[in-house]
Amino acid sequence: MLDTSPKSGPKKALPNSVGVGYKPQHYNDLMEDPGAVTWLEIHAENYMGDGGRPLAQLKHLSERFPISVHGVGLSIGGESQLDPEHLARLKKLVDWLNPAKFSEHLAWSTHDSQFLNDLLPLPYTNDTLARVTRHINEVQEFLGRKMLLENPSSYLAFAESTWSEPDFIREIARRTGCGLLLDVNNVFISATNLEFDPRAYIDAYPLELVEEFHLAGHDEDADELGRKLLIDSHGKPVDEPVWALFDYVVAKGGARPALVEWDNDVPEFPELEAEAAHATNHLAAASTRQVPA
Amino acid sequence: MNIDVKPKSSEVSQTAFRTAMLDPSTPAPEGLVNPDGLQAEKRFDVYRNNVAHSLATALAEGFPVLVKLLGEEFFRQMALVYLRIHPPSSQMMMHYGAAIPQFLVGFPGTVHLKYLPDVAKLELALRRAYHAGDSEAIDPVKLTALSQADLMDARLTLAPAVEILRSDFPALSIWEYNMQDGPSPVMSPEDILISRKGFDPIAQRLPMGGATFVEALLKGSTFGTALGLATSEVADFDLTITLGALFAGHAIIKIDRG
Repeated sequence: MLDTSPKSGPKKALPNSVGVGYKPQHYNDLMEDPGAVTWLEIHAENYMGDGGRPLAQLKHLSERFPISVHGVGLSIGGESQLDPEHLARLKKLVDWLNPAKFSEHLAWSTHDSQFLNDLLPLPYTNDTLARVTRHINEVQEFLGRKMLLENPSSYLAFAESTWSEPDFIREIARRTGCGLLLDVNNVFISATNLEFDPRAYIDAYPLELVEEFHLAGHDEDADELGRKLLIDSHGKPVDEPVWALFDYVVAKGGARPALVEWDNDVPEFPELEAEAAHATNHLAAASTRQVPA
Repeated sequence: MNIDVKPKSSEVSQTAFRTAMLDPSTPAPEGLVNPDGLQAEKRFDVYRNNVAHSLATALAEGFPVLVKLLGEEFFRQMALVYLRIHPPSSQMMMHYGAAIPQFLVGFPGTVHLKYLPDVAKLELALRRAYHAGDSEAIDPVKLTALSQADLMDARLTLAPAVEILRSDFPALSIWEYNMQDGPSPVMSPEDILISRKGFDPIAQRLPMGGATFVEALLKGSTFGTALGLATSEVADFDLTITLGALFAGHAIIKIDRG
């Protein structure tokens, strides 16, 4: 039976090396020989059942790997109030697991009690800034821990936005004390789709507040005008320009725990491990370089 | 930073966003734009597609036997209708699709397949069992060692995973035929005990009266009361087989002697 009392021991910090998004089909591989994989991220919502194999495996994994809990359902950017039942489930999980980090998205997913199972965009205005700030304060207070906020991938912009995304995120962090999760693939996707310079975004972004990186693959499509439209699919290897942007980020801001996300068309473990090893090389090489002035 | 106040008319409410996302015939809300500030219809389609794809995929993963019975493409088309009527009401995607049994009754393509709702109920119950709270089964000897009088007064606590499904159709045989290469189903009613052995959900057929017996135990009746109810329903109620299923399914986790 699972011990449902909170762990008393010190949590294992995420190392400044590479982790992967945990998939149950990789359990045996990870327990036998994780290779370049040094930590794991789990999606909180998959571990909110009362018991069974998911939680038992997570307990075993947490004895071996530092764990980062990544929520996809809090709807921090939602117009509605945060769902108290969901917050309670989340608190139960993080109190039990005591993960190294907890992160969520600058997005909304629930409206009128309907959960849409996707990360939906919000405009960047003074109103939404106040709302997101209020929600993050509520989350951090309720969980009794700091959270990391992840930048979204964007396919379109809101005409009503009055803040740039890096400024908006910086101001949220200033007001709430939250940390940041920088998804480098998301920056590249948004930069391509909204036609801005991804390095200028990084230059404006508060790298000193970043406690975790995400890396993932994306798909390429086009809009009705034939303009390139990248889709955040998490279903293939990390694209070359994303590695280049990652190198730029690490050279400028230093190494952090970096996660390879692969959520669709999930490969066998050796292919995922190879991608983790690839990320490890980039992390090591870039962190010894300086950004040219 | 540039903070100029724009007219309210360009504000996109989440109600408008959600409505347009779930209804492809509704255009994308005004105020969602491409880099030139122009309406971004196809860009909005990405969200439409993501939501439909993720929910339809979750349903297909949650109902593998329905997918086999209906075919992947038919199931997907049906899921696209379902998800617009019944988007998830909770972030707990592990339980998404709870309204599928009722939906199948009214869906034109499945209304004639009377057994389908029960197969869906079985798949839902197996999913609930997978995520149910952990428990440890008692040693059967603890029950069989009781005197007749003590046994009749005893109250059994069943595992959190335990459920009963009464089907007018061979719902479990259909499930086994599709998932475990079981024999061809014979058209007859089945009473099904769902439980979990270790971490693996299992479903077992109960003899006639067995469902009544287990449901009485679930409601907290004494062993004797449950047995009386089952026997009054089926004179030759087979207690041995029923208990055998409960033990095999690790269903009994506690005995309180009266």
